[in-house]
Amino acid sequence: MSALTIRNLHKRYGAVEVLTGINLEAQTGEFVALVGPSGCGKSTLLAMIAGLETITSGEIWIGDRLVNSVQPKDRDIAMVFQSYALYPTMTVRENITFGMESRGVPRADQAEAVKRVAALLQIEQLLKRKPGQLSGGQRQRVAMGRALVRDPKLFLFDEPLSNLDAKLRVDMRTEIKKLHHRVGKTTVYVTHDQVEAMTLASRIAVMNQGSVQQFDTPKSIYERPANMFVAGFMGSPAMNFIPARLAGPANISVRTANGSDATLALPTPVAAGAPDNLILGVRPEHIYRFTTDLKSRKPAVASLEAPVELVEPTGAETLAVLRLGDLEITGRFEPDTAPTMGEMVTLGIDMSRACLFDPTTKALL
Amino acid sequence: MSTPDLTVPVAASAAPPWRERLTTMAPVLLLAPSLVASFIYVFVFTLWTLYLSLSNSSLLPTYGFVGVDNYVSLWANRRWNIAYTNLFLFSAFYILGSMAVGLLLAILIDQRVRGEAIWRTIFLYPLAVSFIVTGTVWSWLYNPVDGIQAFVRGLGWSDFSFALTANRNTAIYAVIITGIWQSSGFAMALFLAGLRSVDPDLVKAAQIDGASTFRTYRKVILPTIAPIFLAVAVIQIQFAIKTFDLVAALTRGGPGVSTTFPAIYVYDLMFQRGQIGEGAAAAMMMLAALAVVLVPYSLWIVWRRQAEGRDG
Repeated sequence: MSALTIRNLHKRYGAVEVLTGINLEAQTGEFVALVGPSGCGKSTLLAMIAGLETITSGEIWIGDRLVNSVQPKDRDIAMVFQSYALYPTMTVRENITFGMESRGVPRADQAEAVKRVAALLQIEQLLKRKPGQLSGGQRQRVAMGRALVRDPKLFLFDEPLSNLDAKLRVDMRTEIKKLHHRVGKTTVYVTHDQVEAMTLASRIAVMNQGSVQQFDTPKSIYERPANMFVAGFMGSPAMNFIPARLAGPANISVRTANGSDATLALPTPVAAGAPDNLILGVRPEHIYRFTTDLKSRKPAVASLEAPVELVEPTGAETLAVLRLGDLEITGRFEPDTAPTMGEMVTLGIDMSRACLFDPTTKALL
Repeated sequence: MSTPDLTVPVAASAAPPWRERLTTMAPVLLLAPSLVASFIYVFVFTLWTLYLSLSNSSLLPTYGFVGVDNYVSLWANRRWNIAYTNLFLFSAFYILGSMAVGLLLAILIDQRVRGEAIWRTIFLYPLAVSFIVTGTVWSWLYNPVDGIQAFVRGLGWSDFSFALTANRNTAIYAVIITGIWQSSGFAMALFLAGLRSVDPDLVKAAQIDGASTFRTYRKVILPTIAPIFLAVAVIQIQFAIKTFDLVAALTRGGPGVSTTFPAIYVYDLMFQRGQIGEGAAAAMMMLAALAVVLVPYSLWIVWRRQAEGRDG
C-alpha cells in the first residue's frame, strides 16, 4: 500500500509556476529523498505535503485519505525543520510534549511517550534543559524526538542536517538511517546534498525547475540517469560529458588532445534513430590506467591517450584532470597507480558503464 | 579600532613623538567635552539638588542646613501625596494599557494585512506629535461644551455624558487614556519588530503540533519575545515619571489638585512659590522613583550579558 501519493501537483505564486505537475508515491515504510539544487521547489513540495502551503491544483493522498484541504495537525504527519524550530522558552520535555498537550493527551500517556522516545534517542539526561543549552547534534535529536513522539503515518524532514558541521553531519546521517530501520516509518526527506540522498533513501526523486527529473532507486539514478541534469547533479566529482560522433553501429569517436579522433567501441549497438552527434557521459571512477590485465578483467574497456594537466591527491584516491580535445575531464585513480602531472597516460574507459545522451533533448539514449 | 603600528621606523625623526601622542590621545580628547558635560549636568547638579533639598533655600538658593525638614513638610502636604499616588496609578495603567493596545495592534498587523505600511504609519503617528499638542487637542475632545460630548449630543443622544476631565475622580483616567493613545503606537512598533524576528518555522512547528493560534501566541511566540516586554516597560516608565507637559496642557493639574503630578508640583514649588528647598526635596523623591525602576533593570542587563558570555 502506498503511504503517500501525489498526483499532478501544481503550485503557482501569481505568474510564477514553482511546481509543474509533480507525480510521486511512497510505499509504506519507504524512505524517499527529494533532492535538487536550491530553488527547484523541493521545500515547497514538502510544505504542501505538510499542509503549510496551499495547493494550486492536483491531489495529495496520505494513506487512503485525500488531504488537500485537511489541516496540518489532522494529517497525521510529523516534521523536522532545517532550523529545528525547537520552542526556545520550553525545556526539552516541554518541547516534546507540546503537541500532545495541544491535542489533550492524558498526562500519564505523555510521560510514557516521552520516556520511550528519550530512551530511543538517548536524550534522557537532556529533558530538563532548554534548547539554548544544547549542542547542534543534541538539538537535532530533540527535534527528531518531538517528531517521533507523535507516532505519525508520515515523517517529513526539511534539510535537517544542513546546520551541522561536516563530521557531525555524517554521524547524524548514520543515526537517521539506523532510526529509520528501527522505526520503519514512511519518510520524505528533502536535501540539496546528493550524498545524503544516496546514502539514506530507498528511492530518490531528483528535482529541477519545479518538476521531477527522475524518481528511482539510488542505484538506477546513479548508473542510468534519465537525463544530463540528473547525471551531472548526482555524483561528486560530477560525470564527464564528452561530445562524440557516431562512427558505425557500435562505435563512437571522440576528439583527443592532439586534434585527432579516437574511436571507442560500445558493448552494445546504439539504438536506432540516435542522432549522429552524441554526448558521452563517463563517471570519473570508470576511467582507469589502461593495462592488458584491465582489458582481460573488463572486456568493455576502450583505450585512448590523454595528457595529465593536474593531479589532486585526497589520500584515499587521486583525482587527475585530463585533456581531451578542448575540454578537461576528471578521472579518479587508486593512489598507487595514479598518473603524474605532465604524463601522457593511456586511459581505459569502461564503456559498459558509460551513458550516451542526446545533445538536443539532453535525455539518455 | 586602529591596530598598533608594529614596524620600527629606521629614522626615528620621520614620525615626531607629539604626533604619536596625539594619535593615542585623540579618542580621549574627542570624548572629553561630552563626558565633562554629562558629569556636570548629571552628577554635579544631582548633588547640588540633593544639598538644596537639605537647605533653607526659598526664592534663591541659600545654604543654611536644615536637615530633613523639607522632606518632612513635603510628605505632610496633601497635594504632594496626591501627586505621588497619581504617579503610581498613572504609571501602572499607562504602561499596562499602552503595552496591551500596542501588542494587540502588533499581532493584528502581523497577520499580513493589506497596506501594512499605512497602518504602521497611522499607529506610530501620535508619537510624532508633542505631548503639548496631544494634551491640547485631547483637552478639546474632553471638553463637555465643544468636545465629544457636545458632538454626540448634537447627533441626538441628548443624555450622553462624556466629561472625564470635569470630574476630580475621573480626570486622572482622562490623562491615562490620552497617554495610552500617544504611546501605544511606539509599543506596537517594538512588538512588531519582535514578532517579525521570531523564526517562522516555530509557528509552522506549532501548527503541525496542533496548537491553536491563541495557544501558539501564548506559549510559543510571546515567551520568545519576553525581553521586548521588559524594554517597552522600562522606556514607558521613565516617560511616566517625567510626565509634565501632557498634564500641563490637558488638565493643568485640575480639577482642583486631582491630576497633580510630581513634576508639576516641583515646577510649582520652585518657580511659582519660591520654595526651592522643598522643590528640590520633591525632585529627589522623583529621582528615587526612577532609580527603583532603572537600577534593577541595568543590573539585570549586566547580569544577562555576563550569563551570555559564560554560555559562549
